[in-house]
Amino acid sequence: MNLESPGAVAEALRSVDYLPNERIAQVVFLASHLGKPILVEGPAGVGKTELAKALARFTGRHLVRLQCYEGLDEAKALYEWNYKKQLLRIQADAEHEWSEIEQDIFSEEFLLERPLLEAIRSKEPVILLIDEVDRVEVETEALLLEILSDFQVSIPELGTIEATSVPMVLLTSNNTRELSEALKRRCLFLHIDYPDPAREKEILEAKVPGLSSHLAEQIAKVARSIRNLDLKKSPSVSETIDWARTLLALSVEEVDEGILGETLHVLLKYQVDIEKAAKELANSSA
Amino acid sequence: MIHVLTGFVDELREVGVPVSMVEAIDAMRAVEAVEIGDRTALRETLRATLIKNLRHEPAFDTAFDVYFSPLPPVIADDKPGQQRETDVESEHEPVSDFDLDDLISALMDALQALDLEGLRSGARQAVDKLAGMEPGRPVGGTYYLYRTLRRLDMARLEEQLLDAFVGDQDLSNFEMRLMREDVAARLEELRTEIQEEIRRRLVADRGRDAVARTLRKPMIEDIDLMHATSHELAQMEAAIGPLTRKLAARLARRRKKRTGRLDFRKTVRRSLATGGVPVDPQFRHPRPHRPEVWLVCDISGSMATFSRFTLQFTHAMSSQFSKLRSFAFVDTVDEVTDFFGPGVDFGSALHRVTTEAEVVWMDGHSDYGNSFETFLVRYGSQISPRTTIIITGDARNNYRPPRDAALADIAKEARAMIWLNPEPISYWDTGDSAMSHYAQHCDSIHEVRTLAQLESFVEELTLPGAAIRL
Repeated sequence: MNLESPGAVAEALRSVDYLPNERIAQVVFLASHLGKPILVEGPAGVGKTELAKALARFTGRHLVRLQCYEGLDEAKALYEWNYKKQLLRIQADAEHEWSEIEQDIFSEEFLLERPLLEAIRSKEPVILLIDEVDRVEVETEALLLEILSDFQVSIPELGTIEATSVPMVLLTSNNTRELSEALKRRCLFLHIDYPDPAREKEILEAKVPGLSSHLAEQIAKVARSIRNLDLKKSPSVSETIDWARTLLALSVEEVDEGILGETLHVLLKYQVDIEKAAKELANSSA
Repeated sequence: MIHVLTGFVDELREVGVPVSMVEAIDAMRAVEAVEIGDRTALRETLRATLIKNLRHEPAFDTAFDVYFSPLPPVIADDKPGQQRETDVESEHEPVSDFDLDDLISALMDALQALDLEGLRSGARQAVDKLAGMEPGRPVGGTYYLYRTLRRLDMARLEEQLLDAFVGDQDLSNFEMRLMREDVAARLEELRTEIQEEIRRRLVADRGRDAVARTLRKPMIEDIDLMHATSHELAQMEAAIGPLTRKLAARLARRRKKRTGRLDFRKTVRRSLATGGVPVDPQFRHPRPHRPEVWLVCDISGSMATFSRFTLQFTHAMSSQFSKLRSFAFVDTVDEVTDFFGPGVDFGSALHRVTTEAEVVWMDGHSDYGNSFETFLVRYGSQISPRTTIIITGDARNNYRPPRDAALADIAKEARAMIWLNPEPISYWDTGDSAMSHYAQHCDSIHEVRTLAQLESFVEELTLPGAAIRL
C-alpha cells in the first residue's frame, strides 16, 4: 500500500473519486503509519462510510463491514459455535470417548466467523468498517476493545486468536451518545464536517458528470447558505449531489429563487425546514 | 520538541481537556512522522491523537496557536540585532511612510483573489502598524484584535468587497445573500490571520506559558448556565441532543426483572450445552417501558437564561418521549406541551411560551406555593404512578410562604420527583430561597449549574420502580 505521506494518501483517495481535505489525508496517513484505528465522527451524510469504501477501492483490500445496532452481541459481532454441526459430530461418533469428542467439537472447524473475527483471521489484510458504533450499548462497546488495541480475540474454549494480518480499522459515529473513554483512547479521532464550498464544488464535479463548473459553484454556495440556518436537519453532501443531479435533469443552468423553491424538497426532508429555508433565502441579509 | 509537547499537553489538561498518558505517548510517536515545518500536518496530527471530543477543539486550537506559533516574522531590516527595539518604538506613533489606503487596497486584492499569502502579509502589516501593541502587558490580545479591525474598518471593507463583486450586475435578493455570505467568509479568513499574527507576537513577547494562561477560557460544559451568553447557549445546544437520548434511556430502564415471556427457541439452544436438559431457561426481553415525563420549569425573570436552556432541553426531549408534558410557571402554572410538538422550530416555540402561556396571575414575581397549588388542582388527577416529574427552578419565592403541602401531594402521586436547581448548593436557603422546604418532598435534588453537571445528573440517575398506589 502506497500511503507513505499525507500527500500520497490524498492522491490515492482522489484517484478513486474521494476528495479528502488536509485533515482527512493526514489522519488516514497516521493511521496506516501507526497501525491505529480511526474513529470518524460527524453529521450524517458527509462521507464517513464512503471514506472506508474509498480506501478499500484504492488498496484493493476486501471491506469487512460490521453494522452496529442496539442489541448487537458477541454472537453476531465476534464468533459463534456452530451448534448444529457440533450436534451432528456428537451423534455421528457415538462410540468414541466423550473426552475425545469434547476436544474435537470446540475446534476451529466448528467456529462460525462473524465480521470482527473474519477481519483479523483473513490471510490478506482487510479494511474493517465498524459502522455507527454509537448505536451499541456501552457494555457491548467493550467487545471491541481487545480487537482495537491488540488485534486479537479471546475465545474461552480455544484460547487467544491473534491477527494473521493487521486490518485497517475505521469506526464511524453519528455522536448520538458519548463513546467510552476506553474506546476513544485507542483510536485516532477524525471529525469530518460539511465541506467548504470549494471542496463541495469539487465533489459535485467529480460525482455528477456533465455539471457545469458555474452551476456546481452556485450549488455549493446555496448549500452553505442553507447549512448556516438553524434547521432540524441540514442537507448532507449526498443530498446536494442529488440536488445537482435533479438540476441537471431539469437542464437548469442558473439557480434562482423559482427553481430553488421548486426543488428544495430534494435538499430538505422536513416541511418546517423547507418553509423556513424558503422564507430565509428570499431575504438578502444573512 | 518533547519539551514543547509536554508543555502543550499540560496546558490542555489545565484548560480541562482530558488527555491520558497513552494519548500523550501516541502524540509523541505520531509527531515523528510529521515533516518538519509542516504546521498544518502537525496541527492535525496532534488533534487526531489528543482531542477525542468535538467540544474540546476550540481549546485545542487556541493552545496550538500559542505553543506552535511560527517563528517571529523576518522583517527585512537593516539592523537585525536592533529590530525588536525599533519595532516597539515605531508602534507607538503612526509612521509617516505608512499609508493605510495602500494596505487596504493590497488587502482588497488579496481578498478578491483569496490569496492566502497576500492576506498573511497584509495581516502582518496591519498588526504592525495598527494594533499598537505594547510589550509586556499581560493581555490575551482581544483588545489588539479589536483595535486593528476597527482601524481597518471592516464594515467598509465588506461594503467595498461586495461592490467589487457585484459590479453593475442586477442581483436578486437571493443572489445577494449568497454574495454576502461569500464576502463574510473571506473577511473571516482575514480576521483569523490577524488574530494569529497577534497571538504570535504576544508569544514572542511574553513566552508561551504566560500567554496560554491569559487565554484560558472555561470549556463550554463548565459555563454557568445562569450567566451564559446566547452564543454559548447555542453551542450547548449541540450537546443537548445526545443528553436527552441518554436521559430517555435512563428513565426507561427498569430494575432487572425477568418479566418477559419464556423464549422457547433460546432455551432449547442453551440446553444443548447441558445435554438437552433445559437448566437455564431464557426469557424474551420485556417490552420497553415508556416513561411518562412531566417537566415543570420556572420561567420567571431571575431565571431568564437558565429557563431558555431548560426550554431548549424540553424541546430536545419532546422528540424523545412520546409522553412528555411540559409546564411553565411564574406565579401560576400553565401547560406548554403543545408549543413544542415534533417538527416545531425552537425559536417560535420559545416565542409562544413567553407570549401565550398564562403564567402570570398576580404580579409576575415567582410564587412557587401558588404555582404548585394550581398545578395540583388542575393536573393532579392526571398524574399516574409511572409519571416522573422534573422541576427546574431556584426556589426563590420572594419571601412568600412556601406552602409546600401541595408539592407533597404531587410527589405522593408520582413515581418520582426530581428537582434541578441552577444555583450553587451554598446559596440554597439563603435570602428568599425556600429550597429545603421543597427538597424534603423530592426523591432527589441536584445542583445543575453547568452542562457538565447536567451530564453527570443524567449519568447517575436511578429511579425507583413505579409508585404503588394504596
